[in-house]
Amino acid sequence: MTIFIGLIPSLPLLGFLIIALFGKLLSKKIVAIMGVGSVTLSAVFTIIAGINFLSSAPAGEACTSTIYTWISAGEFTARIAFVLDPLSLVFCFVITFVGALIHLYSAEFMNDDDGFARFFAYMNLFVGSMLILVLADNLLLLYLGWEGVGLCSYLLIGFWYKEPENGYAARKAFIVTRVGDTAMILGLFLLFVSFRTLDIQDLMQQVSLKWASGSLLAVISAVLLLGGALGKSAQLPLQTWLPDAMAGPSPVSALIHAATMVTAGVYLIARTHVLFALAPVVMAAVAIIGAITLLIAGFSALSQTDLKRVLAYSTISQIGYMFLAMGIGAWSAAVFHFMIHAFFKALLFLSAGAVIHLLHHEHDMFKMGGLWKKIPVVFITFLIGGASLSALPLITAGFYSKDQILWFGWSAVTGSHWLWLAGIVGAFLTSLYTFRMIFITFFGEAKTEPGHPPGLVMSVPLIVLAVLSLVGGFIEMPENMGPVHLFSRLFDGVLPHVSISEGRNTEVIFQILSAGVSLSGVWLAYRLFYKKSSFALWFKNSHISNFFHSGWGFDKAYDLLFVKPAVWLSEIDKKDFIDLIYKYIAKATEYLHFIFSKTQNGKLRWYVLVLTVGIVVILTFMISL
Amino acid sequence: MVTVSMEVQILFAGLFFLIGLIGFLVRRNIIFMLMSIEIMLNSAALVFVIAGSHWMQADGQVMFIFILTVSAAEVSVGLALILQMYHHYKTLDADALKKLLDSDVTEK
Repeated sequence: MTIFIGLIPSLPLLGFLIIALFGKLLSKKIVAIMGVGSVTLSAVFTIIAGINFLSSAPAGEACTSTIYTWISAGEFTARIAFVLDPLSLVFCFVITFVGALIHLYSAEFMNDDDGFARFFAYMNLFVGSMLILVLADNLLLLYLGWEGVGLCSYLLIGFWYKEPENGYAARKAFIVTRVGDTAMILGLFLLFVSFRTLDIQDLMQQVSLKWASGSLLAVISAVLLLGGALGKSAQLPLQTWLPDAMAGPSPVSALIHAATMVTAGVYLIARTHVLFALAPVVMAAVAIIGAITLLIAGFSALSQTDLKRVLAYSTISQIGYMFLAMGIGAWSAAVFHFMIHAFFKALLFLSAGAVIHLLHHEHDMFKMGGLWKKIPVVFITFLIGGASLSALPLITAGFYSKDQILWFGWSAVTGSHWLWLAGIVGAFLTSLYTFRMIFITFFGEAKTEPGHPPGLVMSVPLIVLAVLSLVGGFIEMPENMGPVHLFSRLFDGVLPHVSISEGRNTEVIFQILSAGVSLSGVWLAYRLFYKKSSFALWFKNSHISNFFHSGWGFDKAYDLLFVKPAVWLSEIDKKDFIDLIYKYIAKATEYLHFIFSKTQNGKLRWYVLVLTVGIVVILTFMISL
Repeated sequence: MVTVSMEVQILFAGLFFLIGLIGFLVRRNIIFMLMSIEIMLNSAALVFVIAGSHWMQADGQVMFIFILTVSAAEVSVGLALILQMYHHYKTLDADALKKLLDSDVTEK
């Protein structure tokens, strides 16, 4: 049992090592088999370990597998140890299972790329690091995985590094997340100084024993950890990197920038929920940040023209929902939405990747159109993903996960009308921009002639994910629709239940409301973008649309606030006196060089004269000594 | 037989060497420069002979013959180079070789 836990992250890392070291010698077929195989095997082991775990261990108990002691210095020890509990099991399952499907898809998607082996090496390294992140038993190992996925994200955004913009996007993602990571490492320092341990279980126990609710240290360390989570999960105010991260290949966007890595922040907060529970102020901040982010990103998604950027903003917006849920203490709802979101967002990105692939790397939705007849498989899977994203009632998984968050937003003790309102407006925006995207991309007249449709290897992951996006929701039903609570039952004893305020038992009204809202979003999208109303055209060229398109001007503001002053400071710093010393050393060397190069004039007799003078001088010295 | 003291002999060899050196420095014609080298070599060889006669050793004579051989070899290489130089530059001016510094020889 424990051996499986160790194998889960080791296999992708082994795959990375082999492909990275021998990738150039191996044929594409072998690289693909190794790259896909390692993650698939890891998924199989996750499922075996999961079945074992759920059938044997009592609820709430974790299963630890220690590999070896990493650091042991004085009273500090950090082990390489992996913990399997329901929370990490769900994350592991999504990472390996969705990861395996995306790897399979990439085997065909990237087939014509020169960097085939490099791509699979990075992807395997990513999966390995992500698994280390979610399985780590102490915060230091978690941080190792955290930085590992950041590195892979950087490498894969800049995968097509020959375009300078891609390199810029990669650096931007790396630097913006680094802001959050710095806060996070400070939080780790603070926790270590306070408790002399970084072991998560131990730490959480001591936190709840020693720190009072709302105490200053608890608030500060929660804020610092939240900083890390905001950076990684692209939440306000560190959300600017995610839309640009779409410069990477589509499978990368699907795996890293939608399904797994960007939800690491959700995992971190859920993992340290004891600490966050002690800081109600920070919890409220999490909920508010989530609510604001989901609205801002929803509006931005409304005016994007790049297919993948719409999906990027929608990812930010959906993670906003998860933060909202966590902020009000609905932990299992957040993790449930994470899982369902991973299914349908990976599906959407993969379908979008297929469309872009088909149209010869055309990203602009307005140059697509009329595709539904030509690539029915991709159209249907994209439609299912879109329906799940916009939470169409009853049939899609997204409905069940999002409705739960909205309901708790209203009914939880920590919830409020405002959070619910933000959520419901966000839900309306979601279905509006999703179906805007679908109508513009797949309907209307064809503007670009597509290439040959995707083959079997690309279609299978799409179909599997489409099925999951539909039926995945049935494992957790609202109270009034069916007594199925498989998912939240899983977290009994691991994550606390959300406490519902008294007298709010009219859940059905809210379900009808949110269903109506998402359907009316679809209807409005149909009116505006299928029928091509003049309002849509006017809106597309309006200032407000431009404002939304630029992501509410955050990039410009940051450029003005941070980038420009930094560049200006370094410009000044160029002339400080330490630099002057080095400048003059360089100058002196250059001058001496200039003098000596004069003696190298190519005149034979001059050389002889110099030689003679030299000999005479040396002889004189030798004689006189 | 008139005997000359060793100092005078060495001084003569030194003068001899100086003539060679000055000849080397002032002449621009490469053949004359080669001849000046020969003079310098001979002056060095002369010192060996002087020393050999002074200490009554045959080594000095042996060394002289050795230097003679070396200078013969050197002259043959030198003359071959001079021929090549004349072939390329149509001149025997040593300063013309300055061109080696900057540009390709085959350019001309």
